[in-house]
Amino acid sequence: MSLKTFAGGIHPPDNKQWSSHKAIEDCPLPAEFIVPLAQHIGAPSVACVEVGQQVSKGDEIGSAKGFVSVPVHAPTSGEVTAVENRPHPWGTSLPAVVIKADGEDRWSTELQPADPSELSPDEIIEKVRLAGVVGMGGAAFPAHVKMSPPPEKKISTLIFNGVECEPYLTADHRMMLEEPERILQGVALLQYVLGAEQVVIGIEANKPDAIALFEKHCAGTPVEVMPLQVKYPQGAEKQLIAAVTGKEVPSGGLPMDIGVAVHNVSTAAAITDAIIHGRPLIERVCTVTGPAIREPKNLRIRIGTPLSHLVEVCGGLVEEPGKIILGGPMMGFTQLGFDVPATRGTSGLLLLRAEDVSSHPESPCIRCARCVQACPINLLPTTIAAYARRDLLAEAAEYCAMDCIECGSCSYVCPSTIPLVQAIRYGKAAILAKKRSTQVS
Amino acid sequence: MSQQLYLSSSPHIHSGETTAKVMRAVIYSLLPACGVAVYFFGPSALSVLLIATLGCLATEVVCQRLMGQPVTIADGSAAITGILLALNLPPSSPWWMTLFGAVVAIAIGKQVYGGLGSNPFNPALVARVVLLISFPVQMTTWSAPAPFGSGLDLVTTATPLGEWKNAVMLTGQMPAEMQGSMMNYFLGNMPGSIGEISALALLLGAAYLFYRRILTWHIPTAFIGTVILLSGLFWLINPEKYPNPVFHMVTGGLILGAFFMATDMVTTPVSTRGMLLFGVGCGLLTVLIRLFGGYPEGVSFAILLMNAATPLIDRYTRPKTFGTLQQEKVQ
Repeated sequence: MSLKTFAGGIHPPDNKQWSSHKAIEDCPLPAEFIVPLAQHIGAPSVACVEVGQQVSKGDEIGSAKGFVSVPVHAPTSGEVTAVENRPHPWGTSLPAVVIKADGEDRWSTELQPADPSELSPDEIIEKVRLAGVVGMGGAAFPAHVKMSPPPEKKISTLIFNGVECEPYLTADHRMMLEEPERILQGVALLQYVLGAEQVVIGIEANKPDAIALFEKHCAGTPVEVMPLQVKYPQGAEKQLIAAVTGKEVPSGGLPMDIGVAVHNVSTAAAITDAIIHGRPLIERVCTVTGPAIREPKNLRIRIGTPLSHLVEVCGGLVEEPGKIILGGPMMGFTQLGFDVPATRGTSGLLLLRAEDVSSHPESPCIRCARCVQACPINLLPTTIAAYARRDLLAEAAEYCAMDCIECGSCSYVCPSTIPLVQAIRYGKAAILAKKRSTQVS
Repeated sequence: MSQQLYLSSSPHIHSGETTAKVMRAVIYSLLPACGVAVYFFGPSALSVLLIATLGCLATEVVCQRLMGQPVTIADGSAAITGILLALNLPPSSPWWMTLFGAVVAIAIGKQVYGGLGSNPFNPALVARVVLLISFPVQMTTWSAPAPFGSGLDLVTTATPLGEWKNAVMLTGQMPAEMQGSMMNYFLGNMPGSIGEISALALLLGAAYLFYRRILTWHIPTAFIGTVILLSGLFWLINPEKYPNPVFHMVTGGLILGAFFMATDMVTTPVSTRGMLLFGVGCGLLTVLIRLFGGYPEGVSFAILLMNAATPLIDRYTRPKTFGTLQQEKVQ
């Protein structure tokens, strides 16, 4: 039987062998945490602690601002030593709360476990929001927003993303192997809240152990485990939905428009913690890997742990890295150094050597159409990129530049090493900026 | 941090495939056909191959120097044009004609448009057609093969397609007896241009390109499929007059054209639907020219005409953006 998948996409070497067999380790606590107030898509939270204040683990230190926003919590107990701008993984300096750990790692006494059977869906959504749960796949979109679709949008299919299609990363894989119950409790909670009839966990076929384990756990339950062909970017929301249901999310629309909601398996685990244990999102599993790190590991890290600490815990560097990447090699963000902290979206810290990232000089497009075949959105990347680079924004938009999901498949396959997705990304930003300026004037 | 640290937006890894690697693979894929040509036609084929290739490389250097651009012959694309041009010429081509063809291919077929990636027409075919119109005698003087070691000299004769066309023009009938057998046609033991003679050697090269994922099946399949269907239709209507589809396949330049000329990435559509349409168009035009045109062979003209249609095909076969098909159905 051939496994399901989506159209287009690429097959980069998955390089998961560095860390896929390594059990999750608790990362020792650093002396100081830098907790950014902006860690999610949407409005950043606002600091609600002062310098000198003592905090307990799980205390709210940043308050949510608006609906698409979540609070931020203290990752350990200690003293607030600064509330100021600090280097942020997004590339600029952004407000952060700096906490000096007191070593006691004492939980706040206000956190209360709850019996989910006594909670209404709305109470669960509110608890998820207060716990600061965001999508753990990397995009960090507030989970409670996806749990509260408008009443006219009925969710019939709930999909859990266990794909982890980014090369190198193994955090979700280890979570599925080591904590299936914690994930499945969250799955049940989400199914209860959304009232979905169909629940599917999509896992790529390169994780046969996780597939077998979940099939065992889900036998006799309404949850279906669906093995998927190995292909990047299957973990992208629209591509995963297409692979599982065969349906396409309308251009410019949301999954809820076709009655689907997608959550990451690790997000389900975070929801379990929030509801059943009453614990906010202050830790996650992060894969520290790549040829430049001595000992690749899957670490359970507290949010706000500086990257330098993670490097130290993994035995230091084999050689000076050529590139420091937060996330995977296809969609992750490069960093200037190790002084930035890990955030809720930090699924991996990837250290590549200079020889892994040196690239050929660009040459002219030979219209080989590899980008066209690779594009999971059926765009003409080379055409859009050519328009975007000449600032022909109307033409780029006409060729559906705004539909691009920036997966990078086009740049990966281009034999002329043209920065296709980079040019399209620029074009998208320019189109949005133009739209905003015309709305203002 | 002492060493250089790269900062860039994603993706941070690359497939490792480069234009030069693609071009090199195409050159390798043409070597069997070159070998067969030298076996059957001897030193004359070798000299045409060398003059065309070196001529193309030299023209590219001169053009780029004159325009003050970096010289890019290392990318292999000019060498491919040279080899393909030679494969499209008769083995008895005089040296000056071959050289003229090479200059036309690179200067007029490629560099005037802006070089690699910008030319609308297949440069080798532009040169072949210019030569065919300018030097009709030299371009239609064909040699019977004289395999290496056979002691035969190259003698002037007609190609199988030319043989058929002459007979049909004169008598309205197929020739009573063709000189060659289908198996000889397939192996390359027939008169013809340097590269078109051995279907076997060409298919071997094409198989390598498929294996390297440089060729996709769309254009060759649509092209050859259309030729088989259409020529088969005429053959069924009047087998006395029209040759059978296998004859169409193994004689003339169909295999060379379908696998190596009509699949030139620069001058063909980018979407799969566009490629299929392009191939069907090439097939239709080839059969029409072969059966009803003034020339016995129509592959070059067919591909050039479809090259001209490529921008139009690209415009009308743009792939449907993800999530727009169902939206239309809903509305």
